Parts: sequence; C-alpha cells; structure tokens
Amino acid sequence: MKKIISILMIGLLILSLAACGKGETNEQGYYNKLNVYNWGDYIDPQVLEDFEEEYGIKVNYENYANNEEMLAKIQAGGTEYDVIFPSEYMVEAMIKQGLLLALDMNNLPNMKNIGEQFKNLPYDPDNKYSVPYFWGTMGIIYNTKKVEGQVDSWNILWDEKYKGDILMLDSSRDTIGIALKRLGYSLNTRSLEELERAKVELMNQKPLVKAYEVDAYKDMMIAGEAAMALTWSGDAMLLVEENPDLAYVIPKEGTNLWFDAMAIPTTSQHKREAELFIDYMLRPEVAAKCAEYVMYATPNEAAKALLSEDVIEDELAYPKGDIMEKGEVFIDLGEFTTEYDRVWTEIKAK
Amino acid sequence: MKKQWLSVPYGIWALVFSIAPILIIAVYSFCSRSAYGNIIYEFTAENYGKFLEPIYINVLWRSVLLATQSTLACFILGYPMAMIIAKSTIKKRNIMVMLFVLPLWTNFLLRTYAWMVLLRDQGVINQFLIYIGIIDEPLKLLYSHNAVLLGMVYNFLPFMVLPIYSVLSKLDNSLVEAAEDLGAPPWQVFLKVIFPLSLPGVISGAIMVFMPAVSTFVISDLLGGGQTVLLGNLIQNQFLVARNWQFGSAISMIMIIMILITMGITSKYQGEGGGRQLW
Repeated sequence: MKKIISILMIGLLILSLAACGKGETNEQGYYNKLNVYNWGDYIDPQVLEDFEEEYGIKVNYENYANNEEMLAKIQAGGTEYDVIFPSEYMVEAMIKQGLLLALDMNNLPNMKNIGEQFKNLPYDPDNKYSVPYFWGTMGIIYNTKKVEGQVDSWNILWDEKYKGDILMLDSSRDTIGIALKRLGYSLNTRSLEELERAKVELMNQKPLVKAYEVDAYKDMMIAGEAAMALTWSGDAMLLVEENPDLAYVIPKEGTNLWFDAMAIPTTSQHKREAELFIDYMLRPEVAAKCAEYVMYATPNEAAKALLSEDVIEDELAYPKGDIMEKGEVFIDLGEFTTEYDRVWTEIKAK
Repeated sequence: MKKQWLSVPYGIWALVFSIAPILIIAVYSFCSRSAYGNIIYEFTAENYGKFLEPIYINVLWRSVLLATQSTLACFILGYPMAMIIAKSTIKKRNIMVMLFVLPLWTNFLLRTYAWMVLLRDQGVINQFLIYIGIIDEPLKLLYSHNAVLLGMVYNFLPFMVLPIYSVLSKLDNSLVEAAEDLGAPPWQVFLKVIFPLSLPGVISGAIMVFMPAVSTFVISDLLGGGQTVLLGNLIQNQFLVARNWQFGSAISMIMIIMILITMGITSKYQGEGGGRQLW
C-alpha cells in the first residue's frame, strides 16, 4: 500500500513538473518564454500582444502592488522573472544588494530615445542596470471650489483654515519628504536634527489632517469631501479628469521627482530576450502607446513627439524648464531608513 | 495504531504551517540587520530592547486598550443576544444563528470598506441625517477612534455571541428550575447560576475577540485613516516599509507571548470554576 502511494506521488510530481512546461528555442532563435513582472495596469496590453507576435515569445505577465512586494519575491528566489519595473529608490537598493544584472547597451540601441535629462540619475549613475519607463512629480491636488486664492506652496497643508480637510499620504518617505522640503532641507537628509524638525512640523500638522491614506483619498477628492491632498502627478491626472474642479500644483519650494524603471533581476535565465523586450519597450511608437494608456509622463523623447499637443502642453504631466531644478529624486537611505520609520511611527502614534 | 496513522497529516500540517513559521520568526527576532535589512545570523537582543522605547510601549498600550474596549463592547452587546437566541425555539434559533453567520460569508475587507461608504462625509448616514434635518453639516464619523472601535465590534461580535450561545443552549435547565424553586429572584438566578455556568463561553468568546482585535491593522488603517498606530500596523510596517523583519519578528514574538499569558490566566480561572474576578 505504502509503495503504491509513493509511486503515485512520484508520478504526480513528474506530471506537475512536466505541466510547468519547459520553454524552447523558437524559429527566430529566441527562447520562447519571457516572465514580465510589473505594476498593475501599467502597460498597454496591446503592446504585449504585438511583442508576442513579432518575436514568437510568449509573455507571462504578472502584477505587483508595491516595490516591497516585488523585492520580497525576488529575494525569496524560486521565481524566474526576466523584466521588472522598480521605482528609483528600489533600483538603487537592488543594485546595492546585487539583485540586478548589468545591461548590455549594445543590445539596447533604442536607449537613444530617452531624453538626456533622464539619463545617469543618481539612483543608477551610468544607467548600467536600469532604463527609465515613466516619471513624475509629487504635488498638491486641491478643490478650486474649497480653496481660495493661488496655491503655490506646501504651507497650505499647514493652514488652520482647512482643518480636517487635508489628506496626507500614508507613506513615510513621501510625507516626511515634503515636510523637509518645506523647511528647505533635502528630502534625502541623513541629519537627525533636520529629521526631528520635520517631525515636529508634522506633529503640529496632525490635528488638521483628515487621514493618512494612499487609496481612498482619490474617491474623497473626486466626491469633494476634502479640500486638498498630497498626491503623485500620475494619480493627479486621473483625478482631474474625473472632477474638473480639481487642480494640481507643484509647490515652489521644490518637490520629489519619481521614476519607474525597467530592469533585469538576477532571477532571469534569459537576459538576451529580456533585453530584447526592454529595447522593444523603448521604441517610440510602443512607448507612446503605453504613455497614452497609462497617462503618465514618458522620458522617451521620440515617443513624446508622437503624443498629442494637448498632452505635451499639459504642465501637470510635463512641467516646463529644467525638471531637476524643481525636484529631487529619492535616494535609498540604507541604515538610516529605520530612523525615518521611527519618526513616522512617532508622528502617527501621537 | 490506526488512530495514530490518521493523525499523521495533522501532525505534518501543524509542523509545516504552525511550528516551523513560529520558529523562523523566533530566530529572526534574535538576528542582526544589514544596512539593507537583510537577515544576518548573529545573535542580538537589540530588537527586543528597541521595543522598550517609550513610543513602542505607547503603541502596545493603545492596542491593548482598544482591544479591551472592543472585547467589553462585544460582551455587553453579545451576552444578551446569546441569551435571546438560546431561549428561542429551535426554528427561530437556527434563523437567528444563520443571520449572525451570514455576514461572515462576505469578505472581511469588503465589509470594512462598506462601513467607509456608510460613515463618509457624503455617506449614507450623514446624507440621511441631513435629509431629515437633524444636522446641517456632516458629522465627522469616519477616521476617528470610535470608527475603529465600531469596525472591530462589528467584525468580531459573532465570535463573542456564538461561543456564549453554544454554552447557554446546553445549560442544564433543571439547575435554573432548582434555583427558582428554592426562591431565588430572577437576578439572583442569573448571577449565581446562569452566568457562572456560561463563563467558559464568555472566556473563549473574549479570547476570540481580543486576539484579532489586538493584532488587526486593516481596520485601523481603513476606518481610522492611519491616525492610530496599533501593534498590527507596526508589524506590517516593519515587514513592508522599514525593511526591518528582525524588529517585526520581535514584536510578533512579544504578541504571541502576551496572548499565551492571557490564555494561561483565563484557563486557570476557568479551571477554578469561579472567575467573576476576571472582569
């Protein structure tokens, strides 16, 4: 009896392994499977279909909700993701942990389409490991019917007049970051003194705050239940479309610039095909399609030229001038991250 | 022999899904941390020391307080309910139990989101109160301490009612009749006979409410607007944001120990059969 069961078990195991299906080389000489791991709703699905058709490579497409979830899966191993889309600070953290493969620029001729100002950013100085996919800013979205006058400064988030009408992000780096910016500090500060000062500011602000949130605030802004919210430009564009009373502003004190990039994790067994995919994503018409679908700002200059005038002229998405003057990119803080977490807990537990 | 065979799958299950994870958490909680949060297998008690900082003790205190409040509220609301159900005819009883269990068939997250819809400024409750003219301005219902408490009581009430009901329904009625025959007034019958006999149900109900209440993070995030940090939020943050699994594991261990102590104390009282001092 025991033997029969163990034989059955072995049979089952073999079957399930076989069912996973080993990929094989196709007529064009490519391995016929590619595992892409991206944020939810962050690509035009048509683009994937076109890629499959052109190269005969089947794309296994999976979603994640945040960088940390993606990191955990890569760290745990046992996966074979070929292309991932981490945000800038995560690119940096993953490089330092040796979780990304260096890119071969010879295989990425379309890299030339990326605007110069988006290349060689501090999180990946020589673009050795990542290629920017989308970028944006952080700012204030406010209801023009509830807020009087011109909004141009972070100070409005500390205005007693809007007590209980202010929504902040439940995200330590972002919310502490703008408090630092308001005080004129770098949002990557490693000075305990500056961090403590930002903490005091946020503690003073807390009685005015309706909620620290990352999701439901969008509904509330659309429904007009709050006067203003801290938000990312990508979300702001969607919100303005839903409710024309809303407006987005990048405060004059400066803000955070964020990037989502494409990279190849060390879990990848098929770097050549992964690079092929990244280069495909850098094609002007492909990048433009994704930009139209996702509505975020593309760093791909050739793709931007294909977008409609309205979109490019929209300063909300594509602020004019030198963007590096307006914003600062998050840098991974390594050991100091725990200090931000402690300060954030103190603020929220007050 | 045969019986032992049957227990093997459960043994494996417990080993793989309960004991091994707890051991892993225990090991992590004593590990050091690299700059990027990787686990370094070097012994340190630092993670536990960190928890003793006033800010984390404050979080612990608040969580226990809130969980105690919701347990008490569940008890006050749940006990009479359980009595009503236990005293009904079989047919009514089944319907009532069914009505209590029915909401549990809907996803917990969904039910909590539903409360957000009810409590919002432009939500159903505020709209209704404005419509009938009791208030002019919407009340701030959502994102408050009371909203969190409400969410907990709503979600965990069945866990209090059902164990008490199951004890009460099995209560030997002849004891109640004997007390009545001996001339005890109803309140005395309740205090001296019914309530002490129902204590095992009350205790298991209290544990079943207290444990999820002290560890929840979803309810405080959704209904409290992230303005309160509970132990659950703290642990979640350590794992997902702060990249400090070691500290998160240490907090988890502390929670496990706390719950074990509570269960130890309650089972002791239960054993002695007295237990009114529990409250």
